[in-house]
Amino acid sequence: MTFDAQYFDIGRLDRLSYRDTFVHHLDPRVKVIATMLFLFTVISFPKYEVVALVPFFLFPVLLMTLGEIPVRFILRKVLLVSPFAILIGVFNPFLDTGTVAIIAGIPISAGSLSFLSILLKFTLTISAALLLIATTSFPGVCHALRRLGLPSLFVSQLLFLYRYIFVLMEEAMRITRARDMRSFGTRGAGIKVFVRLIGTLFVRTVDRAERIYYAMLSRGFQGDIPSLRRARIAVTDLAYLTAMVMFLAVFRFYRVTEGIGCLAQGLLR
Amino acid sequence: MSHHIIEFKDVFFRYPDGTEALRGINFRITHGESVGIVGANGSGKSTLLQHMNGCLLPTSGTVTIGDLPLTRKTRQEIRRKVGIIFQNPDDQLFMPTVFDDVAFGPLNLGMDEACVRERVHRALGMVHGLDLRDKPPHHLSGGQKSSVAIASVIAMEPDILALDEPAANLDPKSRRSLIAFLKTFTHSKMIASHDLDLILDVCERCIVIGDGSVVADGPSAKILSNRTLLEENNLELPLSLQRC
Repeated sequence: MTFDAQYFDIGRLDRLSYRDTFVHHLDPRVKVIATMLFLFTVISFPKYEVVALVPFFLFPVLLMTLGEIPVRFILRKVLLVSPFAILIGVFNPFLDTGTVAIIAGIPISAGSLSFLSILLKFTLTISAALLLIATTSFPGVCHALRRLGLPSLFVSQLLFLYRYIFVLMEEAMRITRARDMRSFGTRGAGIKVFVRLIGTLFVRTVDRAERIYYAMLSRGFQGDIPSLRRARIAVTDLAYLTAMVMFLAVFRFYRVTEGIGCLAQGLLR
Repeated sequence: MSHHIIEFKDVFFRYPDGTEALRGINFRITHGESVGIVGANGSGKSTLLQHMNGCLLPTSGTVTIGDLPLTRKTRQEIRRKVGIIFQNPDDQLFMPTVFDDVAFGPLNLGMDEACVRERVHRALGMVHGLDLRDKPPHHLSGGQKSSVAIASVIAMEPDILALDEPAANLDPKSRRSLIAFLKTFTHSKMIASHDLDLILDVCERCIVIGDGSVVADGPSAKILSNRTLLEENNLELPLSLQRC
């Protein structure tokens, strides 16, 4: 059943974030800032840039190795959302037909270059975001955002989303199971039944929201969610951030691949 | 010690959809008493408990907690005194980690950090849940969730404890430790449950609710051995009394 599979998949991403590695122990704020810088740097490249993007793969590869995150898991997730990026860029080769280079007799159009660039940027940014979530507990990310100035209302919403997405999915799973047990073939599995299931789920959710609100009031809730999370930035965190900034700056402003190429040529000569 | 008294006087409550859930409830619970609330499904037990700290306000009649009559204005004050543990721990545990959840109440009471940590530590210790502190609630088992839900209320150190079906979904061992814990809580407590053995074990007094009003009120041993009374209210003799 696909629904169950989806459920366990989200659970897996969540469980990964509770591992015990160097990357997981970094301060969430540092990781959020590093990821943001990485995203902006990657996006800032002009639309025909391909070669200069390649070195940036070092970042996700390093995080994956140090954080012991299974590569295939992240790749599968990237593939899952890839249709969006493909749809945006797939017509470029037909619209932007100017030839920019000829490799082995085959003319390369500007459009295919920009398409490739979109795909690379997409893979880099999505995997960076996924790795942030896979190496940082979600509450950690939320509190980091709070400390970095996101209004507390948004942070509370995110925290509730995280807390109740699992409860809600379990509820949905129970409802679909109950339906599947009593529907045979296509009978009972049609859109009409589905609409009613959604309705039931909605009503149950509203009821639950009310009960949760009562529970919050019972414990003195007055509009703000207090927190006791004290995180101190350690030397390793600063070192990580500095290394990250330098790494990004070098890769952004120097043509690293060209440099390596020249170096290799020089050695061969 | 007047501040642990609970008094319901002619309490009526009607839900917005017209259902009359409570029709003239009267009782008085004094300090240190431990009272079981029993009755059929839909008899009004949960509605009654929700009146204990003003989640619901009576349509007519008065609820008095300590010296305070329950009104919209005194709710905040009363919520400091009465800790309610709801039926479903998923509704009770709304924070992302166990620690944050148990700390929620004390922080809202305006305590400083050291004090909050101390409270959380003690509360989790009482339910044997100290090693769960950094876990998110969705990684806990049903029994662990119930324990943490209890800790989150205990951490506020309420004068009065109200529990709604606390032993539902617990395995026998967890249920045993819950009973042992409840016996150590010496302030007033009210327990709504279908688990009549638990009531017999923990509460010296028992109130039977039927159709929104008090059907019987007296010592647990007497009420819970009255087969006709129990059967009229969709209940049966506690297992421990059935054998004799």
